[in-house]
Amino acid sequence: MGVGRLYTAVAAGGFRRYATYRAATAAGVFTNTAFGIILVYTYLALWDEKPHLGGYDQAQAVTYVWLGQCLFATLAISGGGVEKDLMERIRTGAIAIDLYRPADLQLWWLSTDLGRSLFQLLGRGVIPFLVGAVFFPMALPVDAGTWAAFLVALLLAMLVSFGIRYLLALSVFWLLDGMGVSQVLAITGIFFSGMSLPLNVFPGAFGEVVRFLPWAAQLQVPADVLLGETGLTRAFAFQAAWAAALLTAGRLLQSAATRRVVVQGG
Amino acid sequence: MGERAREGLRAYRLIAAMWMRSTMMYRTSFALTMAGNLLVTGLDFATILLMFSRVDSLGGWSLPEVAFLYGLSATAFGFADLVLGSMDVLGTRIRDGSFDMLLVRPAPVLAQIGADHFALRRLGRVVQGAVVLGWALVSAGIDWTPAKVLLVPLMLGAGAAIFCALFVAGAAFQFLAQDAAEVQNSFTYGGTTLLQYPPTVFGKDFVRGVTFLLPLAFVNWVPAAYVLGRPYPLRLPAWAAWSPPLVAVVCCALAGLAWRAGLRAYRSTGS
Amino acid sequence: MSDTSDGTGRASHPAGEVFIEVDEVEKVFEVRRKTGFLKRERRQVRAVDALSFTVARGEMVGYIGPNGAGKSTTIKMLTGILTPSGGRLRVAGIDPARERTRLAHRIGVVFGQRTTLWWDLPLIDSYRLTHRMYRIPDARYRENLDRLVELLSLESLLDVPVRQLSLGQRMRGDIVAALLHDPDVLYLDEPTIGLDVISKAKVRDFLRELNTERGTTVLLTTHDLQDIEQLCSRVMVIDHGRLVYDGPLAGLHEVGESERTLVVDLERELPPIDMGASARVVKVEGPRQWLAFPASESAAPLVARIAAEYPLLDLSVREPDIETVIAAMLYPTGDTPRPPSERTTA
Repeated sequence: MGVGRLYTAVAAGGFRRYATYRAATAAGVFTNTAFGIILVYTYLALWDEKPHLGGYDQAQAVTYVWLGQCLFATLAISGGGVEKDLMERIRTGAIAIDLYRPADLQLWWLSTDLGRSLFQLLGRGVIPFLVGAVFFPMALPVDAGTWAAFLVALLLAMLVSFGIRYLLALSVFWLLDGMGVSQVLAITGIFFSGMSLPLNVFPGAFGEVVRFLPWAAQLQVPADVLLGETGLTRAFAFQAAWAAALLTAGRLLQSAATRRVVVQGG
Repeated sequence: MGERAREGLRAYRLIAAMWMRSTMMYRTSFALTMAGNLLVTGLDFATILLMFSRVDSLGGWSLPEVAFLYGLSATAFGFADLVLGSMDVLGTRIRDGSFDMLLVRPAPVLAQIGADHFALRRLGRVVQGAVVLGWALVSAGIDWTPAKVLLVPLMLGAGAAIFCALFVAGAAFQFLAQDAAEVQNSFTYGGTTLLQYPPTVFGKDFVRGVTFLLPLAFVNWVPAAYVLGRPYPLRLPAWAAWSPPLVAVVCCALAGLAWRAGLRAYRSTGS
Repeated sequence: MSDTSDGTGRASHPAGEVFIEVDEVEKVFEVRRKTGFLKRERRQVRAVDALSFTVARGEMVGYIGPNGAGKSTTIKMLTGILTPSGGRLRVAGIDPARERTRLAHRIGVVFGQRTTLWWDLPLIDSYRLTHRMYRIPDARYRENLDRLVELLSLESLLDVPVRQLSLGQRMRGDIVAALLHDPDVLYLDEPTIGLDVISKAKVRDFLRELNTERGTTVLLTTHDLQDIEQLCSRVMVIDHGRLVYDGPLAGLHEVGESERTLVVDLERELPPIDMGASARVVKVEGPRQWLAFPASESAAPLVARIAAEYPLLDLSVREPDIETVIAAMLYPTGDTPRPPSERTTA
């Protein structure tokens, strides 16, 4: 049917748009590889000191590092996805035009972002992961089932990631400036997603809280699925619940924002 | 040469002052981003604290010792970031054509692009790094001598200069690849991150690389080993602890040459 | 002196000190183009080719040509942004490529679509920066600022942040910024683009006054024929990196064998008017028809013939505009010129 085709086309557009930045993509691959190497060494030292920290062995910790580098751009963990364009359009008022488009605003941006995610995964994420797999011992599953489950977890992670960024981007309707929001996004994204340290290493009650926040659905849960460290039902339910909650909240905030635009006269 | 440097510093001051005035037009936003900056860099150190909540040492180094490395690296990098941290706008300026406007002004281009988007909020990293460094200085159990006291400010200055050279070299690279600004992050942000951990954590070839190819080791690893009374990485000779200023001069000279080559290439190709 | 000019324009330059000297200057770019998946082809593109001209102090010259003809490359070489690949170039006796910063004190540059003003700050702040960066003596600065601000009627806007200014106000603001340090020459790139009629008139009046009163040399690129008509006694036309015309604007019509247009209103819709070789129909819209005829010929015989043979209601003659004039000159065979986007410098 037509609607499905429309959003597929929008997603393809997002894919192609990011595919045009060749030099930037190459630079990103280089950066993620460099940071991966630095992190792997520190993790190896950490797990050397304390084997089975957070329930991972060394190979699993190494895998976690490279998965993080692989998903960093894919899930726009520190920002830099379509929410950047969205904030700019809100700031300049160009968003008013989008509202007249015969398409759902949230679905439109979600499709674009999924297209972007897919490109970042293939163009930017895979190579650092492969480099890691070649030069460091990794714990990769051999059965197709785990990989399939990982892909499901990854798709859910993309939804959660978009959900978080969409909410924050919409706040620009009220804040009028995206600078602070972007910064909040970057700080929380890197720390609470577990980019610098796996969330299951976080100690005590703080660890409990952090592992319950939506950011945990971005890197920690897909990693645990890939490493076979979690039950699938539990993992998927956690991710799906956050995705549903965030996307619903996004819809509510969006209609409030739209009313605001209409009241202001566009 | 001295005349040009003075001209450059003057232009840098003038332009940086304009950017500060611009930021101050949005006071709330400035306060928020300043606070945010402190928080980001704070979380940076929080990761190390979290690690030490689970282990007692990392690569054989204790928390105060690692904090010493962290403080030196973060403070030196913070200075460089404050002074030249916005040089990655060069690629954008070339693409949108506004770079040409810098070339018709009577001031060195390096100074103009260095001061571009000057942001006082970057002081956050310096402050946070200095706090950690201060704590480390008193708690790392250093056996102080006058030489060690002298070496601390010396390595902060040399370290900042080495990072400045990296920023300039990264900007020069953008003359070739305008979209590849992120590559320089690998060396600048990546550099300060790796220097926050002891050299013993890394593979030998890796340490060789960041000592002899990209001399980051002289920012803190080598001189800090002297201050802490630990063996030098790669069994470098004893005088190596005093070599950072020399290394910094060489780095800056090379970066200056790279910048000139890049600018010359731009002026002959216009792209 | 200007031996590349084809001779139909001016024969000699006005007596006066030669201020800009361009002698056999060329600029070659190496362009890499993707031709296959990983294959790239390297080509050399001559953006400016053996260009020679001189401009005397105090002249006001229009510099025109199709997009990509080499206009902006020339300006960039004159301002020291780009280094020429060959030839000799002097502005006020200075080699722009070698002494960029010394030259900067002598020139003013305004790029129409790119402001140098500080977006978030009041207009006056941008001028204060110029004051200090160019080391303009205080008295000189005050005097220039007062005069320029008055001439361009910006008095009430000095404390307004630049982002709140209209396009026309910003352009005037940019012109002030480019002139505070008393440059001997002003380069203007499309100074009236996007401006309303009043702003255009203000800018033109000001430039005329600047030129006559202070003797500032002005080099102007534009797409607006009126800019040239009202300001420039001399026009240089560049195409494919070469100077194809150098002389007064009036001469341009003859050189280019350009065409004027006769707009004819008939009583009713009729097939295209047949005037044989003396005119051809270029457009028909209901009873109205457009006929093109050589600009060098009188319209009278043509009008007489049409009036005799067709039921004529009304008619008017249209003079060619700058684009048509250039196009007619560049493509004299009568072929439709290629659209600008396809005119490459290759």
